[in-house]
Amino acid sequence: MDMLLQVGYLITAILFILGVMRLRSPATAKSGNLVAASGMAVAFIVTLIRYHSFSWLWIGLALVLGAVAGGYAARKVRMTAMPQMVALFNGMGGGAAALVSIGELHSEWIHGVSSAAASITALLTVLIGSISFTGSLLAFSKLQEWVRGRPITFPGQKIVNAVLLVIVLIFGVDMIVSGGIHALPLLALYILLSALTGLLLVLPIGGADMPVVISLLNALTGLAAAATGFLLSNNVLIIAGALVGASGTILTQQMSRAMNRPIHNIVFGAFGQIAPGAAGVEAGGGGVVQSATVDDVATMLAYSRSVVIVPGYGLAVARAQQEVRQLTEKLSERGVTVRFGIHPVAGRMPGHMNVLLAEAEVPYDQLYEMDAINPQFPQTDVVLVIGANDVTNPAARNQPSSPLYGMPILNVDQAKRVVVLKRGMSPGFAGIDNPLYTNPKTSMLFGDAKASLDHVIRALDEV
Amino acid sequence: MAHNLLTEVYIFVLAVFVGFQLISKVPSVLHTPLMSATNAIHGIILVGAIALAATVHGALDVGISVAAVFLATLNVVGGYVVTDRILGMFKKKSAERPTE
Repeated sequence: MDMLLQVGYLITAILFILGVMRLRSPATAKSGNLVAASGMAVAFIVTLIRYHSFSWLWIGLALVLGAVAGGYAARKVRMTAMPQMVALFNGMGGGAAALVSIGELHSEWIHGVSSAAASITALLTVLIGSISFTGSLLAFSKLQEWVRGRPITFPGQKIVNAVLLVIVLIFGVDMIVSGGIHALPLLALYILLSALTGLLLVLPIGGADMPVVISLLNALTGLAAAATGFLLSNNVLIIAGALVGASGTILTQQMSRAMNRPIHNIVFGAFGQIAPGAAGVEAGGGGVVQSATVDDVATMLAYSRSVVIVPGYGLAVARAQQEVRQLTEKLSERGVTVRFGIHPVAGRMPGHMNVLLAEAEVPYDQLYEMDAINPQFPQTDVVLVIGANDVTNPAARNQPSSPLYGMPILNVDQAKRVVVLKRGMSPGFAGIDNPLYTNPKTSMLFGDAKASLDHVIRALDEV
Repeated sequence: MAHNLLTEVYIFVLAVFVGFQLISKVPSVLHTPLMSATNAIHGIILVGAIALAATVHGALDVGISVAAVFLATLNVVGGYVVTDRILGMFKKKSAERPTE
């Protein structure tokens, strides 16, 4: 029996790794997901064969309800709501890991067989899993706008967090040293405080920082799964947890680099707290903003050879993805090469903008990541910036005084002409002036992105 | 557990290296499906939940294991279905689109 289990888990681990390997290209990714899913099915089946002495009624009910709820939510969710969906599923995984460890520890206490090593891993999983659970739920509520998305801060927040963490650790050590069924109330308190820590960690984090937070929570759930693997001596949990932990860590690093903010800055310093007045003093510099008409823009686009579209989250807010795709097709018919330059943080989670454009049937071979598109800008006739701001700000490259300095940006100012679609002259999310707008190459097309694009598409017919 | 601990640490460390190698080759175009796919993968905690359910007695522990199975199943099924949906939308230009 155990042999079957081990061989089954080995196959699962191989299928997981092969599945992730296939995620390296959009052409093979869909099959990669299926490969990983079949790995999961193998693990599920051998586990059921090995362990079946449970209440089929209750476990069956949990399986069916979980599958129905998960499948339904996954089918219904809109692509713009994908970040909160992923956060929610992530929280479920973290919660499950915490519960498994709680159950295991409690059952060992009842039988009086708990070892220090087992207690350490169990309590660590409970801590990480609970943080991931409540943190993800709060991130979900913020993205879903059930809770104010702006950073929520109060004086002494860091001290409260630190004190809380110290208390949790003291409780943990106490249970490791003298754990047992008598410590049950302490365990309950430990769980509660761990859950509270998750809430307090995500509370001060603002909406634009969500890509980092979701990646980080993803890594935490992976670690929680791996730690459960140590607790249960289950290798497939260790391997899967390590894979997820690595993935979450890489994404967290990439996102925080793309935002030019070290990770501790995001977790421990609420966004929007950049010293006021530091920005924009030079940038404002008395430049003149030129606004363009729809006809100007249409003519400019129609007579260019290559166009790069730079979409930001503003595009998704205006729900203008379909219009962008129509524009792309119109221009392609005229023989204009159209590509998309996508900044890593153009969305609410890593890669989000690519999904939103793919949903609008923009072919993925037109989607270019930052490093691939940046060398192309000098040969580009027109760049169309739609609903993006800070990620195009040249101050990040050449103004050491700017808070954005050092952030990797899309070098749109190196193109021959730039058109910025923008609602008004308000500064970007970080409240920093953008010298791009006063660049003589730049024309501004003010108004709602969806309406503006619609007008440009119609004007193109008459050029 | 202490007996196998070192072997398990080996497995963990090697898997972390494999993970870093594999994931750093995923293009940013696919980062959302990558995240939802790995999200589904950590739903593997489901097997831990089932194992727990089979070994515990008493209403409290059974309740905990049932809740864990529910959450983990939601994670697994939701994660795979949503990843499949996302990846289904990624199409190459050459693929003929139905005319509207």
